[in-house]
Amino acid sequence: MTIKLGVPSKGRLMEKTFGWFGARGVTLSRTGSEREYAGAVDGVDGVDLVLLSAGEIPRELSAGRIHLGVTGNDLIQEKLVQWDQKVEPLAPLGFGHANLIVAVPNCWVDVDTLDDLDGAAAAFRARHGFRMRIATKYHRLVRDYLRRGGVADYQLVDSQGATEGTVKNLTAEAIADITSTGETLRANHLKILDEPPVLESQATLFRSRRAEVTEQERADLRALIDRLAV
Amino acid sequence: MPQDIPNKSRVRIEAEAICDGFVAGGAARFETDILLQAEVLLDLYGEDIRARAYVTTDPERGEMMLRPDFTVPVVQYHMEGDGLPASYTYFGEVFRKQEDYPDRRSEYMQVGYEEFGGSNAAVSDAGVFGQFSDVLAPLGLRAATGDIGILTAMVRGLATTEDRRVALMRHIWQPTRFTALVKRFAGQTPVPPSRAALLASDVPLQDAGVMIGLRSEREIETRIAALRADAAEPPLSAEIVDLIAAVLSVSETCPNALEHLRDIAVDMPGLLPALDRFEARCDAMARRGVDVESLPFEASYGRTSMEYYDGFVFGFYSEARPDLPPVATGGRYDALTRRLGQGREIPAVGGVIRPDLVLDLGGLP
Repeated sequence: MTIKLGVPSKGRLMEKTFGWFGARGVTLSRTGSEREYAGAVDGVDGVDLVLLSAGEIPRELSAGRIHLGVTGNDLIQEKLVQWDQKVEPLAPLGFGHANLIVAVPNCWVDVDTLDDLDGAAAAFRARHGFRMRIATKYHRLVRDYLRRGGVADYQLVDSQGATEGTVKNLTAEAIADITSTGETLRANHLKILDEPPVLESQATLFRSRRAEVTEQERADLRALIDRLAV
Repeated sequence: MPQDIPNKSRVRIEAEAICDGFVAGGAARFETDILLQAEVLLDLYGEDIRARAYVTTDPERGEMMLRPDFTVPVVQYHMEGDGLPASYTYFGEVFRKQEDYPDRRSEYMQVGYEEFGGSNAAVSDAGVFGQFSDVLAPLGLRAATGDIGILTAMVRGLATTEDRRVALMRHIWQPTRFTALVKRFAGQTPVPPSRAALLASDVPLQDAGVMIGLRSEREIETRIAALRADAAEPPLSAEIVDLIAAVLSVSETCPNALEHLRDIAVDMPGLLPALDRFEARCDAMARRGVDVESLPFEASYGRTSMEYYDGFVFGFYSEARPDLPPVATGGRYDALTRRLGQGREIPAVGGVIRPDLVLDLGGLP
């Protein structure tokens, strides 16, 4: 059997991951037709490339079906309960930077801190009869962040995309989402709370703590990690 | 990995036996659904409950929750009835996610006893605590008690604005946030630059830009006015801050705690009615045969995990197995009946026992 390395199957994240491994003498490439999700690894022995959606890599690592995987630590921490017992971060890859943040309408001149958000949420509930809605797809991380920040009287509403538009469309009062430059937020008349982000994320190489290895695989994994110098 | 599940039938037999004991004491048997409407529970407990309870969806009925406890259904059932005093007992599975403690069971049995409409709170509190204490006596557990009513009395009695009292009251169950608020009202935390700029501006909404969202300009102005009014208020005195800290840190036997709190009440007379209730409960407990002299009391007990309790609170713990959650917990929850009762309020006190933990500890004879 071989060591399985899971890498995002598309776009800039895939290209930059290929670049990062390439710079360390491990050549990753796609094989077959452009639409076929198959890949090859050159420069080390006994390693297979598995191309996956970045969002599925946490689950595959946690299930032990891949030994190594590249994904954002935002996805790892959102999707895996007690993530540090299931995967070990080996190296931040230096790209795919994004912060998970809470943003409110720019016109909320009275809200800049979590303390303000809590005060506004209490008044909002009293005025409108329901809890202030915060749109996100990062339910666990955001709920934990708001609990630690002492915010009550809110509800999370699920938004799997175009989250920045929910406030204007009156389906949420505030949002929690990943941003890198903040441009989309500004274009949608939102501002980031003046607080540390929920999470600072970047593409990271993880090792599964759950995947079983034979002696040969252990040696191959060791050789790969040595080559990558992580 | 989940711990070994003890034989479910043994847990059920243990639960039935405890339940039968409450029936023999005059309680009526209560049963309810496992799938509950999520909306009521979410509105009561807030979004945090999603981290602790299983939410699922029904195509017709919307969001449903696997029963996280029996309290809400039993209160609803009682309040739909004739409103005469009554007591109920029940047993059945409850479901809790264990994100922070994956080793703990996420599906387990609870046996409960709830008493509604008792005209003498001290006697009811003592009676319920006494029953739990009697049932669990063979296990040699450590009892913990507290009284959220003392904390609410403290907040209600503070010489400050109503807005500040309301804000503190809202966070009584979140100790960290509560302490942060006290410090802010006392002027002990620096004003964030954003707040200072807002208060200094004559036309704060000038740079607001496009108004979007459901929260209106009027609501924003209202909050700014409230912030301005609060900024003009004198800070809570250092003396008051110390008194609050003193109340929160009381932890000794009931008689000593009462004496200590009475000392504090010299400077905080708002506490007195609640302390009279505490004293009456101690007397009622002593008459009920509880060893009040050595019963521990912690003023902050029940602030983190028992959000609907607003008076007497108690729990029973195994000293030999500190890894286990409490074997039993309970308390007074008049405020919950007010929230669910649409204007009506009924005195309510009760608690739950976990028969699986009772068995883990050797079972009852």
